[in-house]
Amino acid sequence: MIETWRDLFLAPGGARGDVSPPPLARALNSLFALLVLIGLVWVCLATLPLNWTQAWGDRFDLLKGWLMTVQVTAIALVLSVLLGFLLSLGQRSYFLPLRYFTRFLVEITRCIPLLALIFLVWYGFEGALGIGNQYRLLSGILILTLFESAYISEIFRAGIESVGKTQIESARAIGFTRTQTYRYVIIPQAFRQVLPPLVGQLVSLIKDSSLLSVIAIAEFTQTAQQTTSNNYLTLEDYFVLAVGYLVLTVPISLWSRWLERRFKYET
Amino acid sequence: MKLSLQHVVKRFGTHTVIDDVSLELDGVHCLALIGPSGGGKSTLLRIVAGLEYPTGGTVILNDKPIEYHDEALLRHRRSIGTVFQAFNLFPHMTALKNIMLPLEKVHGRTHDEARDLAEGTLRRFQLLDHAHKRPAELSGGQRQRVAIARAIAIKPQVVLLDEPTSALDPEMTAEVLELIEELKQEGRDLLLVTHEMGFARCLADRVALLANGRIEEFGPPEQIFGAPQSEVTRSFLSRLLKY
Repeated sequence: MIETWRDLFLAPGGARGDVSPPPLARALNSLFALLVLIGLVWVCLATLPLNWTQAWGDRFDLLKGWLMTVQVTAIALVLSVLLGFLLSLGQRSYFLPLRYFTRFLVEITRCIPLLALIFLVWYGFEGALGIGNQYRLLSGILILTLFESAYISEIFRAGIESVGKTQIESARAIGFTRTQTYRYVIIPQAFRQVLPPLVGQLVSLIKDSSLLSVIAIAEFTQTAQQTTSNNYLTLEDYFVLAVGYLVLTVPISLWSRWLERRFKYET
Repeated sequence: MKLSLQHVVKRFGTHTVIDDVSLELDGVHCLALIGPSGGGKSTLLRIVAGLEYPTGGTVILNDKPIEYHDEALLRHRRSIGTVFQAFNLFPHMTALKNIMLPLEKVHGRTHDEARDLAEGTLRRFQLLDHAHKRPAELSGGQRQRVAIARAIAIKPQVVLLDEPTSALDPEMTAEVLELIEELKQEGRDLLLVTHEMGFARCLADRVALLANGRIEEFGPPEQIFGAPQSEVTRSFLSRLLKY
């Protein structure tokens, strides 16, 4: 039972800590927590003088922005997984120029705020290469890809390194070539390890895409800003914005948790 | 099996693990390597397995000198079966798939041939009921037996076993040792690193005791265990029998 502050926050280890509460208790408690949250939001919304009827008029603009975000993140997702994979291999390469190039790239990218990276790359390349407006969206997607792939490559690297040495020994003893060892032994096992954090990173990618608004890419956040400057309904528009992102991120986040549980018991 | 080791040396940095080992075997079916931990047994086995480059010396297996460069070693490793202490099997595939994979991808069998061969091998070792289980669902003994089945299925010229029972409890050890004995009776050539002295004594045709990177004594098991010539052998065996 809860008797002190310690009991409230520090879960006991061992047998007691592993017992999950009965289903009914879980359902009631999560319902309660959800109601408290909804109640809080409701109180705020009800006290504020919100104009939903006028905001409703701009729904198609926001929907267009939302669809653009879905597109941008979908493309960036595929590209950043590919690039992240290559970067993780590059970081382990025995060809030293490649190893250090990829390491520096990953390290620098991870250590610069995305906002600064977007400005630096966009205005840097725009100026240096004379890139026109038509490449704005493409550049945005590529900058986002670069940023996320730095994180994803670290996830992959951890996954590859989690595969035991004896597994690689076994693969060698069988007579697998290096490519076969990666293909049949390392990558399948690493994949199971990295799937939950990789899916988690996807949530970050979706949220991070909102920063592309600063170089005037008409994605969800940029659209919300535009709409707000026309209808002055800041709170209403941003509330819709938050909900729009939640619709994308919550299912993915739940999926990540589910994957984590599933793979925890299978090793 | 014909095995000739000529002045084999292995150093890791300044540390000498195998110190000028020479050995001639002809017509021996089972060689057991015994000796204290850190004596160089596993390293010697790994050199014969083509998993480790010797610093110097020559290894000739069945009249063919092992060439220590990547391509030749790949071919060499494909011609022998190696079983380690533990974690031999790939945890993400079933027992059957574990045996089929090298047959298909390394030895060029078709999918159907590989399955037939793998099932045949599992049946022979009374493991067919477990064909569709993953390693995590098998006991430690079953896992090692499947690993041995995988090594056998490719029809290797020699099977190398590196402490195959060290990670197992006594009951599982017995089940794995029985299987190894079966292999011996089939006339397969075995090179075995083991701490099971009783097993080495009754199974091996020749026993080599390695300590400090050198072969301290080499001979038939009756000599090694019955009338050891070397002081090192005597003290090693007496330490084992103390408790």
